[in-house]
Amino acid sequence: MPHMTAFARNQWYVAAYSHEVGRELLGRSVCGETLVLYRTEEEGTPVVLHDRCVHRRYPLSQAPTRLDGDRIVCGYHGFTYDTTGTCVYVPGQKRIPRTARVASYPVVEQDSLIWVWIGDPELADPGGIPRARHLDAPGWVTVRGMEPIDCDYGLLVDNLLDLSHETYLHGGYIGTPEVAETPITTEVDEGAGVVRVSRRMDDAECPPFYARSTGIEGRITRWQDIEYQAPCLYVLHSRVAPVGVLPRPDGSDPDAFHTEVTYAITPSGDGTVYDFWAVSRDWATDDEEVTEFLRASNHTVVMQDVDALNLLQRTLGTERHGYQELSINIDTGGLAARRILARLVEEGAKPEEKVR
Amino acid sequence: MSGGTGEVYRVDWVPGTDLLHGTCHCGREHRAEDPVRMWEWMLAHPQGHRLPEDDS
Repeated sequence: MPHMTAFARNQWYVAAYSHEVGRELLGRSVCGETLVLYRTEEEGTPVVLHDRCVHRRYPLSQAPTRLDGDRIVCGYHGFTYDTTGTCVYVPGQKRIPRTARVASYPVVEQDSLIWVWIGDPELADPGGIPRARHLDAPGWVTVRGMEPIDCDYGLLVDNLLDLSHETYLHGGYIGTPEVAETPITTEVDEGAGVVRVSRRMDDAECPPFYARSTGIEGRITRWQDIEYQAPCLYVLHSRVAPVGVLPRPDGSDPDAFHTEVTYAITPSGDGTVYDFWAVSRDWATDDEEVTEFLRASNHTVVMQDVDALNLLQRTLGTERHGYQELSINIDTGGLAARRILARLVEEGAKPEEKVR
Repeated sequence: MSGGTGEVYRVDWVPGTDLLHGTCHCGREHRAEDPVRMWEWMLAHPQGHRLPEDDS
């Protein structure tokens, strides 16, 4: 049995993109909790309920379960729930059992993401949701997707916090020799649960991903500044410019290409994770060809990670007597992230959290 | 969430070397070649911390 990172409760997680949630029922699992998502008819407000009918546990996200206005009608025996999860109809009788309700989850739609609170609903504070404004802001164009991976979510955190793997796993796409060779700076803001890993390459080969999309010829100055707001949101602030071109003294930076690479790392169940990925840019925003190129090439890069992490999880599962890892300098950020996750898991499991 | 608390730990990989240079939020500094040991030192704050001049 390979190592499984426990789930951190009392946290916000991305359950879906805004565009995925509508009048069709959508089923997702977050931290092992099965969810059904939909929008109300008039207001379009997202609703998230537990995806199991109280009667015989039929999944409410599955046909022939359907919406009747804002109510959800179980496709097995017709138990009907309102948006709060309260059962308002049972077949053949007037008395509705007092316990007939499914859990409803605090939900916030922000930055084109559907955030769901996993934990004690009384502790849910929408102000604590990390922002990713570039996903939904004027002046930015975003390509995005989601891939489920059959791996412990900790493996995806490891993967994203150490970009030196780009040189090897993503060579020919986003990786060049300089990524693995350039020292990193790691900062941990303990109280905020934020890990920042910065890699500044002064004189680097331009990977095809950027050469073809930006039109830069020759070598580049490439900055990769990771900001991981545990447990779910990861943003890579990428800056690419012709070699030697730096931001101006007044702080403006018109000669560089800024790309925000966003991931929502949402644990689905034990050994499964949703990999929400998005690439946002503030350059060539009206160039559809660039959009399609970035969509296709980033999807390829994501699938390289998906294949590698699926394989890694299967491989770890064959270890009969446990295993040891070896960490080196490139892992400084990943180790910090693991530790913060362990703390959040511990805090989320404490009953006294409820009295805060 | 990203507002921060002021308690920031920092680890610099010293360019041209295999060394890590750590700075605790209390200002104490430390050098190590192994990130696991670096974090052990950092998180033991203030236990085992030495003043920067002690490292020279």
